[in-house]
Amino acid sequence: MRSDAGKLSLILLMAPFALWILLLIVLPQLGIGYVSLREKVGPGQFTFGFGNYLDFLGEPIYWNTLLRTAWMSILVTILALLVGFPVAYYIAKMARQRSRAALFLLCLIPLWVSDLVRAFGWIVLLRETGLVSGALQWAGLISGPVELLYNDVTVVIGLVYTVVLFMIVPLVSTLDGMDDALLEAGYNLGGSRLTVFRRIIVPYAMPGIVAGCIITFMLTAGSYLTPILLGGKNSSWFTEQIYNQFITRYNWEAGATFGVLLLGFTSLVIWLGLKLTGQSLATTVAKD
Amino acid sequence: MAQANQSRFLTVVYRSYVTIFFLYLVAPLLAAGVFAFNDSLFPALPWQGFTLDWFFNDTEPKLGMFHDERLLRGLKNSVYIGVIVSALAVIAGTCNAFLFERKQFPFKNALYILMVVPLVIPGVILGISILVFASMIANGIDAATGVNVKWLRPGIPLIVLGQFSFLTTITSLVIAARLQKFDIALEEAALNLGASRSRVLMTVTLPFLFPALFSAFVVSFLVSFENFNTTLMLVGSDAPLTITMYDRVVKVGSTPVLNAVSVFLMIASGSLALLSVLIQRNKD
Repeated sequence: MRSDAGKLSLILLMAPFALWILLLIVLPQLGIGYVSLREKVGPGQFTFGFGNYLDFLGEPIYWNTLLRTAWMSILVTILALLVGFPVAYYIAKMARQRSRAALFLLCLIPLWVSDLVRAFGWIVLLRETGLVSGALQWAGLISGPVELLYNDVTVVIGLVYTVVLFMIVPLVSTLDGMDDALLEAGYNLGGSRLTVFRRIIVPYAMPGIVAGCIITFMLTAGSYLTPILLGGKNSSWFTEQIYNQFITRYNWEAGATFGVLLLGFTSLVIWLGLKLTGQSLATTVAKD
Repeated sequence: MAQANQSRFLTVVYRSYVTIFFLYLVAPLLAAGVFAFNDSLFPALPWQGFTLDWFFNDTEPKLGMFHDERLLRGLKNSVYIGVIVSALAVIAGTCNAFLFERKQFPFKNALYILMVVPLVIPGVILGISILVFASMIANGIDAATGVNVKWLRPGIPLIVLGQFSFLTTITSLVIAARLQKFDIALEEAALNLGASRSRVLMTVTLPFLFPALFSAFVVSFLVSFENFNTTLMLVGSDAPLTITMYDRVVKVGSTPVLNAVSVFLMIASGSLALLSVLIQRNKD
C-alpha cells in the first residue's frame, strides 16, 4: 500500500519533468538535426545527406564567421575571468561584512537590466556624438568627434561587460567558503603571495572558475544583441547568420545546419573544459 | 617597514581597481538613464534642461513612453508572457525539486544532468529548435487533417514554451536548494500527529518553501522580461517590449524615449530583485 502510493507519486512527479525535457529539449534538438540533413531538390521534395554541411565548408564567409565567433568568445571568457577574479576575491575575502553584501548586490543589479538597455547605454556613451567623444574633445585630446562604435575592441568591451557578472557570482560563492586559515598556513610555511595564490586560492576556486567560464562562454557565443548593436551590421557574428538564414532568407535547412554547428561547438568547448579540470556539470553550473 | 609600505600601496591599488570596475559597471546604465531627462530630441550632449516629457508628454515629436501605443503594447505583452511563464516554471520546478530531492529512481544522475543542460544551450538554438519542432508538428497536423494549429506558429504561446524550456531549470535549482535544507522530521511529526499527506504539504512543507517559490517566480519573471535571443526566433505579431525596443533602435535610431524606457525598466526590475532578496533574507 505504502509503496504503491510511493510509485504513484513518483510517476506523477516524473511526468512534468519527462514532458518538459522530451518535448522542449530533446525532440526539438533532434528536429534541427533532422532538418540540417535535409536537402531541398524541388518544391516540397527532399533528399537526405550532408550537403548542407558541405555548403557550409565550401563558403569561407560562413566558417570564418564561426571561427571568429569562437576565438572572440574564448578571448571574452579569459578577459572576464581576469577582470572578474580580483573583484570576486575582494567581495568574498577583503571587504568588511556589511559592505560585502552591498557590493554583491551592486554586482547583481546590472544582471537584472536587460542586455538591450546595457548595449543602448554603451551606444549613448561611445558613438560619434556620444559622451566619451565629447569628453575627449573637451579635454583637448582629440580635435574632432570620433566614432568609437563598430569596431572589434568595442564589441569585446561590451561583451565582457555583459557577461562578467556571470563570472563574478559563482566565484564569490566559491571563495566565500574558503577558510582564511588555509591562507595563513600557506604564508606560515613560507609561501610567497604568488605561491599561495597559485597553489591554494586557484585550486580552491576551481569549481567557481569552471562554472563561471562555462556560463560566460556559452552566453558570449550565443549572444546576439551586443555584437550587432556595438559592432554594426557587419559584425559577422554567427548567431546573426543563423537569424538571417531562418528569418530573412527563410532557408531553414541552412539555418538548422548552422544551429547544429554552433551547439556542437559550444558543447565541445564546455565538455573539454569540464574534462581538463575534472569537474562535472552537476557540481559546477548547478551549484548557484 | 618597507614591507608594510609596499602592502599598503598594494591595497590602495587593489581598492582603486575595484572602484574603477564598479564605475565601468554603472557607466552605461547612468548614460542610458540620464538622457531620459534631457529636454532634447537626441540622447546626447549638450544638456538642454530637465524634463519629464519623455515619460508623460502626449504629442509628437516628443511622444512620452506612457503615450506611445506600441511601447505600451510591448510592455503589456511582456508582463503577460512573464506572469504565465513564471507561474508554469515555478510549478514544474517544484515538481522537479521534489522528484530529485525526495525520490530514488534509475538513471537519477544522468537525468539530473539532463535537467541542467538547458542552461548551457545558447538561447538562439533553443529558439530555432522549438520553432522547427513546433512547425513540423503543425505541418504534420495540417497535412493529415487540414487543420491549421495557430498556437504552434510563431506567437505568444511559442514564446512562453521557448522561455519555459530554460526557466524551469533555474526554478528547479532554486527550489531544490531550499528543499534540501528542510528537516524531514517536521513532516514526520505532523504525520504522526494524524495529519493527512496533502495537509502536511499545505501547512508544513509549502510554507517552508514559500521564500524560494517567491524568489524563483521573481527571477523567472525578470529573466523572461529581458529575454531576447530565444524570443527573437519565436516572435509573431505580438512583440514583447525588448523586441519592440530593438526594432526602434535599429529602424529609428536612438531616441530619448528609449532612455525613458530604460529608466523605467531599471527601476522596476531593480525593486523587484531587491524585494526578492529581502524576502529571502527575512525567512532565513
